[in-house]
Amino acid sequence: MPIMANNDILLMKGNEAIAHAAIRCGCDGYFGYPITPQSEILETLAAQKPWETTGMVVLQAESEVASINMLYGGGGAGKRVMTSSSSPGVALMQEGIAYMAGAEIPGLIVNVQRGGPGLGTIQPSQGDYFQATRGGGNGDYYIIVLAPSTVQEMADFVDLSFELAFKYRIPAMILSDGVIGQVMEKVTLPPFKPRRTDEEVIAQCPWASTGRKGMRPINVITSLELRPEAMEQHNLHLQAKYAEIRKNEVRYEELQTEDADYLIVAFGSAARIAQKAISDLRAAGIRVGLLRPITLWPFPYDRIRELSEKVRGILTFEINAGQMVEDVRLAVEGRTPVTHYGKMGGIVPTPDEVIATLKNHFNITL
Amino acid sequence: MENIISPENIVYQKPALLNDEHMHYCPGCSHGVVHKLIAEVIEEMGVTEKAVGVSPVGCAVFAYKYIDIDWQEAAHGRAPAIASAIKRLWPEHLVFTYQGDGDLACIGTAETIHALNRGENIAIIFINNAIYGMTGGQMAPTTLMGMKTATCPYGRQADLHGYPLKITELAAQLEGTCYVTRQSVHSVAAIRKAKRAIRQAFENSVNRRGSSLVEIVSTCSSGWKKTPIEANAWMEEHMFDYYHIGDLKSEV
Repeated sequence: MPIMANNDILLMKGNEAIAHAAIRCGCDGYFGYPITPQSEILETLAAQKPWETTGMVVLQAESEVASINMLYGGGGAGKRVMTSSSSPGVALMQEGIAYMAGAEIPGLIVNVQRGGPGLGTIQPSQGDYFQATRGGGNGDYYIIVLAPSTVQEMADFVDLSFELAFKYRIPAMILSDGVIGQVMEKVTLPPFKPRRTDEEVIAQCPWASTGRKGMRPINVITSLELRPEAMEQHNLHLQAKYAEIRKNEVRYEELQTEDADYLIVAFGSAARIAQKAISDLRAAGIRVGLLRPITLWPFPYDRIRELSEKVRGILTFEINAGQMVEDVRLAVEGRTPVTHYGKMGGIVPTPDEVIATLKNHFNITL
Repeated sequence: MENIISPENIVYQKPALLNDEHMHYCPGCSHGVVHKLIAEVIEEMGVTEKAVGVSPVGCAVFAYKYIDIDWQEAAHGRAPAIASAIKRLWPEHLVFTYQGDGDLACIGTAETIHALNRGENIAIIFINNAIYGMTGGQMAPTTLMGMKTATCPYGRQADLHGYPLKITELAAQLEGTCYVTRQSVHSVAAIRKAKRAIRQAFENSVNRRGSSLVEIVSTCSSGWKKTPIEANAWMEEHMFDYYHIGDLKSEV
């Protein structure tokens, strides 16, 4: 594919959009290992040869373990680096993500989810919600988690993730799934943004291990601290940072919530299915709205709490056994009934199943 | 005395990059000598501003406390992956890892072999003392046959534990390596040779000639339960017999 002009509207897969967006937003390096259903990301990058144009490094690593540690190295050296994988591969990366969180290293991890547990299936799932929003590795930490529901958001969230990751020195994750990764949709790719020069990297990342210039103190990227008091201080610093992110970075989208009697909470591809269900329900005279969390961490607890005081019931719809529903219940605190609908095994539910669940559970007869 | 201590009379001094932090290494341990050599070489090459070291998990986890360059502290075994990325993203830099036998030849074998096989322009300094020092003397992948450790208290046996791994010999077979050598630091002559080897490996990284591996056959007097002098003698008698000193590959 030739280099596209800005504002060109193209038809492509979500995975391809991620790759093109990475090249266009000044990404310095991609490190990854093939796994279905996201291998088009590395394949597209390899075909595009960005090392000949923007200078972006693209490397097929020996494993997901190596990939995430390449992120540690590259991000620790101040560069915009990313990896992508799918559920079992992201499970392998958890050690490295915890180290990145501890050492405060920015970086982007894309998870195009498939069904589990274990090797599971190659079909779509949202079963990694807990893993993504609860840290996933050892210790007290969070990472920023963005959930795209369109190919356009796959493209847009790459630069957004890097901006947030460097603003807060934290790993960021795009938590997608096999539907959004594989579906082809119209997309307007983000405008070209040059990679930062080495001088800009050094100026913007004074903490990074870029080589000790002159008499500045040495920069050490590490998650290790054996003195309990110092380690407690480091953890308190991390928690203060997480509080700041909770305050500033909650993102969500609402659809027809103004007059809603019932609320559906859904993210990613499930939110697309929920939109169809809502339009059918509205056509039948049932007023239903959608709250779509865009950041899964930080989670929009406050807005869901507000809406829970206005609706007769909430249906959380996810392609899993019910994971985000726990956060919804934490937000609602019993103010209104909350139920969950989802499927596992790589089966993507239909809008009719969502409609039937809502009607049956809340005894809606129309 | 003050007349004697003058710049023109100085024949030896501590490298400026080696700071005054008290080292946590045990008396007789080889780490201190290798640290000093690394500091000397970086200083002599004049590459402090573009040097990045990657320290391991193991006794050398705190290497960054002693040599005043930028560092990254790796997860156990992952230093070669970290160094690969740093070097690809900062291609003018000197990038090296410093790893022990458990880190490099056990938990990190995949990262080691694949970084070397890709010909990453990094130098790997490999401390092989045939035992896990930091965790208190357990069996290493390089523990010799018959050698006693906390987890093979009756001596290493092939049927229970397999064989000591000569990963340096393996590395020499890989297309991506340009320089593979095995050295030691138990005598002045050996220290001089080890320093030349580290310099060669570091120049290979800066000049992007491919991967270099410098194994230093080392002592662990605490883990081996010997005095420093006994440990040196034991190493010469037993370790050198299995881990032969010298260059295994030099294509530079």
